[in-house]
Amino acid sequence: MRLHEYQAKSIFADAGIPTPPSSLATSTKEVLDSLVDIGYPAVIKAQVHVGGRGKAGGISLVNNSDEAQSEAERIIGMDLKGYKVNEVLVESAVDFTDEIYLGVALDRSSGMPVVMVSSKGGIDIEQVASSTPEAISKTYVNPLLGLHNFQAVNAVNTAGVSSKLTLKVSNVLLSLYSIWESSDATEAEINPLMVTKNGDIFAADAVLNIEDDALFRQKHLADLKDTRNNSTLEAKADLYGFNYVRLDGNIGVIGNGAGLVMATLDLVDHYGGKPANFLDIGGGAKSDRVENALDILFNDENVDSILFNIFGGITRGDEVAQGINDALENFDILPKPIVVRLDGTNAKEGMEILNTDHLVIESTLESAVQRAILLASTKGGL
Amino acid sequence: MSILINKDTRVIVQGITGSQGAFHTNQMVEYGTNVVAGVVPGKGGLDLNGIPIYDTIHAALGETDANASVVFVPPAFASDALFEAFDTSLDLVVAITEGIPTHDMTKVNFSMPSHIRLLGPNCPGIITPGESKLGILPGNIFTPGPVGLVSRSGTLTYQIVSNLTNSNLGQTTAIGIGGDPIIGTNFINCLELFEADPDTKVVVMCGEIGGEDEEQAADFIKENMDTPVVGFIAGRTAPIGKRMGHAGAIVSGTGTGTAQSKIKALESAGVLVGQTPNDVTKHVQSLL
Repeated sequence: MRLHEYQAKSIFADAGIPTPPSSLATSTKEVLDSLVDIGYPAVIKAQVHVGGRGKAGGISLVNNSDEAQSEAERIIGMDLKGYKVNEVLVESAVDFTDEIYLGVALDRSSGMPVVMVSSKGGIDIEQVASSTPEAISKTYVNPLLGLHNFQAVNAVNTAGVSSKLTLKVSNVLLSLYSIWESSDATEAEINPLMVTKNGDIFAADAVLNIEDDALFRQKHLADLKDTRNNSTLEAKADLYGFNYVRLDGNIGVIGNGAGLVMATLDLVDHYGGKPANFLDIGGGAKSDRVENALDILFNDENVDSILFNIFGGITRGDEVAQGINDALENFDILPKPIVVRLDGTNAKEGMEILNTDHLVIESTLESAVQRAILLASTKGGL
Repeated sequence: MSILINKDTRVIVQGITGSQGAFHTNQMVEYGTNVVAGVVPGKGGLDLNGIPIYDTIHAALGETDANASVVFVPPAFASDALFEAFDTSLDLVVAITEGIPTHDMTKVNFSMPSHIRLLGPNCPGIITPGESKLGILPGNIFTPGPVGLVSRSGTLTYQIVSNLTNSNLGQTTAIGIGGDPIIGTNFINCLELFEADPDTKVVVMCGEIGGEDEEQAADFIKENMDTPVVGFIAGRTAPIGKRMGHAGAIVSGTGTGTAQSKIKALESAGVLVGQTPNDVTKHVQSLL
């Protein structure tokens, strides 16, 4: 789960990390009112879960109230890569001389937390990471002990941050690590940490992503979840509790188990088709799950045919078939052709009870994939 | 022969009274697994179909000679169950639980004693066909034979095993190592065990996008293995930055963890990589 910049900044500020004076606004009037205190120049930043907000026109530097008015009017309510901008963060523009990058994440190969620092922070940090990885100092942390003070100092020093800033920056890093740890974060990041010519530092951006599996014990963070952009199919799938990723093809895929669904998408590609989505319906495949999954794919205008691929392990084929039958009763007409392939435990029993009036049945994964591609190419006309 | 488990493996089920724990314990017993005890704090003295339940593993070990455990404990308490298992003389701990917070797993991973082998979490378990299974794998699709199998996923494994079994290609042992970012036993550990098992004539390794485990396994195969390996990698069509179900199945922004890089690494190690699950069966046939 991703937090908005303003939410993450408020958590960072509570932990003592300096942030620029700012205010959240939902209207042009609120933007102008808040700028009376914040002053100019200032930045207006759209608060949406979209990468590259700046390049997409969601961040604007304003020098006076005229500019603030026109930019606020433009940004509030705009559509940013499919997300409506409901709020903006109005923030004092820091006159900086240097930009530092600070990040905490999990290093998968060692299974340890890793703390990253670079004196070459800013919007090009990914470029820095790929072309000059040595410019980012990495410190691996014993998860039982946490980040030691000396490690933070060492990380900041190694990254080439000037000595007079060492303690200030390492204290921010220690706070960032403790936020990462206490909030079950996947990533905590400040980029950039701006340095002014007076040697003051400010977190000018803030990233805090929380692991979904830990939200059960992070209720105050779970409550911050922004569910307003619920119109997307992704949001709907999230609500239904599916693992769903929308892709750009036209073959809708529903299956059980992440690995099998991925392999099914690959097979669609292998036979020359293009998958429209990844959807893992999970174990059981009871009728409400089947109905919800079909609801998502029926509502995806890109989907021309649907491939239902279930391998019964502990999940029994006859139960899945019953689930499909029950689910189909809730639709008067099926707007898109559905190919079903059931295999594994009790698959034969499942095939026998499956209501085949409106379904195309295939017995192997390969034939089911090819059939779904054919039906999509003829828009169900065969 | 087989690896890690056989008919003499004596099993404790942690979380035996939950719906998953109870259901799969019955399935395991039906398959022939020697389940000697269950452990649920506060339920010591009860039993599940005659299997005695204890409050702690220590108490269970006082009365039984168990040497392995299967963990069905819910995510919030699972790391504690793993720490408990680590504090005993057990050899093998199979963690089925899905959704254990990663922060907990960093601590579990850092606390693992050298005498314990952890499988999982978020894995289907391990089966030695005809002898024993620890976990949730459907026993009926497996049959004894010469193929060793190690995989990061569940149902994809079933698909591939089912193809093998239908072609009369049985298995020595099949292992699901789990799809989480932090797991106990990895590909290399399993490959090493299969290499040392004289009955395993071919190994099938099913990987997927994310991380670098498959690339590291490819290096291991090149350096250390005489037993031929057949590979399959799921996620060739996965987009960058989108998590494909498994917490670990994601191609990062820098392009690492792609199926292409894994397939290339495996092929350069002499592994026959199948484009489709059916290819895997054909490759195995060609090597036997």
